[in-house]
Amino acid sequence: MGALMVIFSLQPKQRRKTDSVEDELELSAVRHRPEGLEQLEAQTRFSRKELQILYRGFKNECPSGVVNEDTFKDIYSQFFPQGDASTYAHFLFNAFDTDHNGSVSFEDFVMGLSILLRGTVQEKLNWAFNLYDINKDGYITKEEMLDIMKAIYDMMGKCTYPVLKEETPRQHVEVFFQKMDKNKDGVVTIDEFIDCCQNDENIMRSMHLFENVL
Amino acid sequence: MATGVAAWLPFARAAAIGWMPVANCPMPIAPRDNSKKQDELIILNVSGRRFQTWRTTLDRYPDTLLGSSEKDFFYNEETKEYFFDRDPDAFRSILNFYRTGKLHYPRHECISAYDEELTFFGIIPEIIGDCCYEEYKDRKRENLERLQDDQEENMDLKMPNMNFRETMWRAFENPHTSTMALVFYYVTGFFIAVSVITNVVETVPCGATANQKDMPCGERYTVAFFCMDTACVMIFTVEYLLRLFAAPSRYRFMRSVMSIIDVVAILPYYIGLVMTNNEDVSGAFVTLRVFRVFRIFKFSRHSQGLRILGYTLKSCASELGFLLFSLTMAIIIFATVMFYAEKGSSSSKFTSIPASFWYTIVTMTTLGYGDMVPKTIAGKIFGSICSLSGVLVIALPVPVIVSNFSRIYHQNQRADKRRAQKKARLARIRIAKSGSANAFLQSKHNGLLNELLELTGTEEDEQKLTQKSISLLESQHHHLLHCLEKTTFSYGNLCRPVQQDTEDTGSYYSLRTGQDLDHHVKAHEFVDEQIYEQNCLETALQTYPSRSPSVSSHDSSTRTCCSRKRKRNVPLPNTSLPTTHSTHQGPLQELSAIHIQCGDPLSHTASRSNLNLKTDESSRINCKSGRITTAIISLPTPPALTPDGDGLHGPPQRRPPRPPSHPPPLSIQTTTSSAGANIVKVSAL
Repeated sequence: MGALMVIFSLQPKQRRKTDSVEDELELSAVRHRPEGLEQLEAQTRFSRKELQILYRGFKNECPSGVVNEDTFKDIYSQFFPQGDASTYAHFLFNAFDTDHNGSVSFEDFVMGLSILLRGTVQEKLNWAFNLYDINKDGYITKEEMLDIMKAIYDMMGKCTYPVLKEETPRQHVEVFFQKMDKNKDGVVTIDEFIDCCQNDENIMRSMHLFENVL
Repeated sequence: MATGVAAWLPFARAAAIGWMPVANCPMPIAPRDNSKKQDELIILNVSGRRFQTWRTTLDRYPDTLLGSSEKDFFYNEETKEYFFDRDPDAFRSILNFYRTGKLHYPRHECISAYDEELTFFGIIPEIIGDCCYEEYKDRKRENLERLQDDQEENMDLKMPNMNFRETMWRAFENPHTSTMALVFYYVTGFFIAVSVITNVVETVPCGATANQKDMPCGERYTVAFFCMDTACVMIFTVEYLLRLFAAPSRYRFMRSVMSIIDVVAILPYYIGLVMTNNEDVSGAFVTLRVFRVFRIFKFSRHSQGLRILGYTLKSCASELGFLLFSLTMAIIIFATVMFYAEKGSSSSKFTSIPASFWYTIVTMTTLGYGDMVPKTIAGKIFGSICSLSGVLVIALPVPVIVSNFSRIYHQNQRADKRRAQKKARLARIRIAKSGSANAFLQSKHNGLLNELLELTGTEEDEQKLTQKSISLLESQHHHLLHCLEKTTFSYGNLCRPVQQDTEDTGSYYSLRTGQDLDHHVKAHEFVDEQIYEQNCLETALQTYPSRSPSVSSHDSSTRTCCSRKRKRNVPLPNTSLPTTHSTHQGPLQELSAIHIQCGDPLSHTASRSNLNLKTDESSRINCKSGRITTAIISLPTPPALTPDGDGLHGPPQRRPPRPPSHPPPLSIQTTTSSAGANIVKVSAL
């Protein structure tokens, strides 16, 4: 029996050897350097100093220069300790990862922030629509909205007052669709969305809320 | 929220725009960031090594020193940097904490030094990262154990207010604390040994007498053995009862292992007493005598090694349990196999499986008595497998037990070693302390002499005295001690102008105060310990020769040198204008005297000169005192000055020659005592 055990222990090692070489290659590939400062300055609406501050914070948290989804979820979850922010972070990640390569580089990051903080209302609403449209087909369906809503409510966690019930997200989605879906076709298009938001005072005001963040 | 991700807060807030279209209610107003200052570089100068970082990096942890406004206390205006006088090496890891959000513990750092740094910078050690946390905790625990051992030894010191019971308990538990305890310890040990030997010798055949066959000694000298046994049991009973009485928690004591052993040791005797003549239970009675052997366990109070062994076994209980379990398994397996293998052979000793247990045990422990031997081939094969596996099974848990024992044993060794080192350490500390006290006293006298010299202006002597340059720190320390001395002025003393001649302006006090102060009470002063004790001795031996009739004989009554705290109200006869003569007696009358002991003959001249200063002014002091305190001034070896044959003339060059009446009263006291030191007594007035 001892001999058998020895034989078994030998085998996995060989397999591991081939894996490790690939792992090393993979690791070395995941390193990213952003484009130059001037280019970024041109592409975004941030000043040089702001870009410097942003990059320093970014690089501090992600020394390799790119954020993958897990790190992104990790970071975002730290801001919402009571609830589970991972689903919403997933949607956010997809919204930031414009080229859909599975990682958010500094350029993606900064572009996204540029829109959110320094963009026009139109651009912001566009970005929000993009966030809600999970499969990026140009329409927000009820299911997509429900997913987003559930993700937002998940961030709240369990300990809320009044207590969150099972159907609260669904009700919220209904209200949303009632407001947004003008032609009652069950989906919300980008135009309906932007129109409706521009007519809503609250939404308009809240768009300007975070302008002085940086 | 881990503030390491504080840099991502702007991002999180921006992403909140994603909620806006969904929300139904208006959003709250965002807080304004009024302090819109640009991020700036901060320079942290730690003992010369400059670290630079962004202000926002430090602001990440606002409840630490560097992150809060506390660092403003360390701001240096001229160099525009924050200066910390700490270890730069340890600071590295602290600053890295701000940068990366993870605190690491460098392994080469001493644990207590690192802890101190963390405390200084306001960082709690619990946030040490996982990579270093285990190491940190291990080291900290080691350190704590070390300190605890020290503390336990400190607790051995006698606490002043222990009642009789506590004293007794302490004597029982720590025999080295008092002589009585030691005696008790050895007596009980002796009796345990006697008892055990008696038990053993009882069964030795003592040689046949004429008419009887060989019988054990116990039956031959029944009475003797019985008396011995009784005596031992008496002692043990008394001891047990005393311990029970002295124990702080009787219930807990009764449950402890040692007390159970004690009880088991003495019970058989009493039970035997009770049922002496009952034939039926005599068999049981004999069995009870077996328990007498438990007295040998009482030795564990006397032997450290035995206790360690017991403790080891207790702490290795799980390993022992595993050993036992696996052995049992193997025994059963092999016994069964052997039984069935040997079933066929004729006249086999393996009559049943339990009978085979004996064979298996003997074989597995490699004893091999040979009383049961397999005869069939299969039996022999399995027998050999049995012995081989026995070796393995037993060898496995043993190293664990051994290493446990070794660890505990070394811990105990360490405690003993530390105790020995502690004595040396205390001695060193004492020497250092006395050194500094001596330095203080010496500097005081240097100061006095300096003052004197300033007046008389003799150059050469001044140079002689100022050989020793005292650092600013030392001088401030000495000043502090001096202030303390001055503070211990006795109560209710008035400062009155001195009316006598101020010819001797070398008076330290009158100079110092700049006015004529009447210091008729001496403050307490610091003295060297052994000189203090010697002085106490001297007081007993000293007698005061009196020079004037007015000297009363208060002398012998008080041993006031040892009663520093005692204050007496003694009206002094010479309260009028002092003449140089009369005021001398004043001091002499007082028994609460200041003993000034000169260090050695060589130096006493100098000291005497100093004494002269004191005595003179004290002699000039008006003897109106509220209270009198005694103090002892000891003089260590000040720089030798010109020897003064008569002793109390003082440095001839420095002072105007004295009226002859001066020295004698003071020279009285310079009698060489039996201690070989000169004592000069000056009364405290």
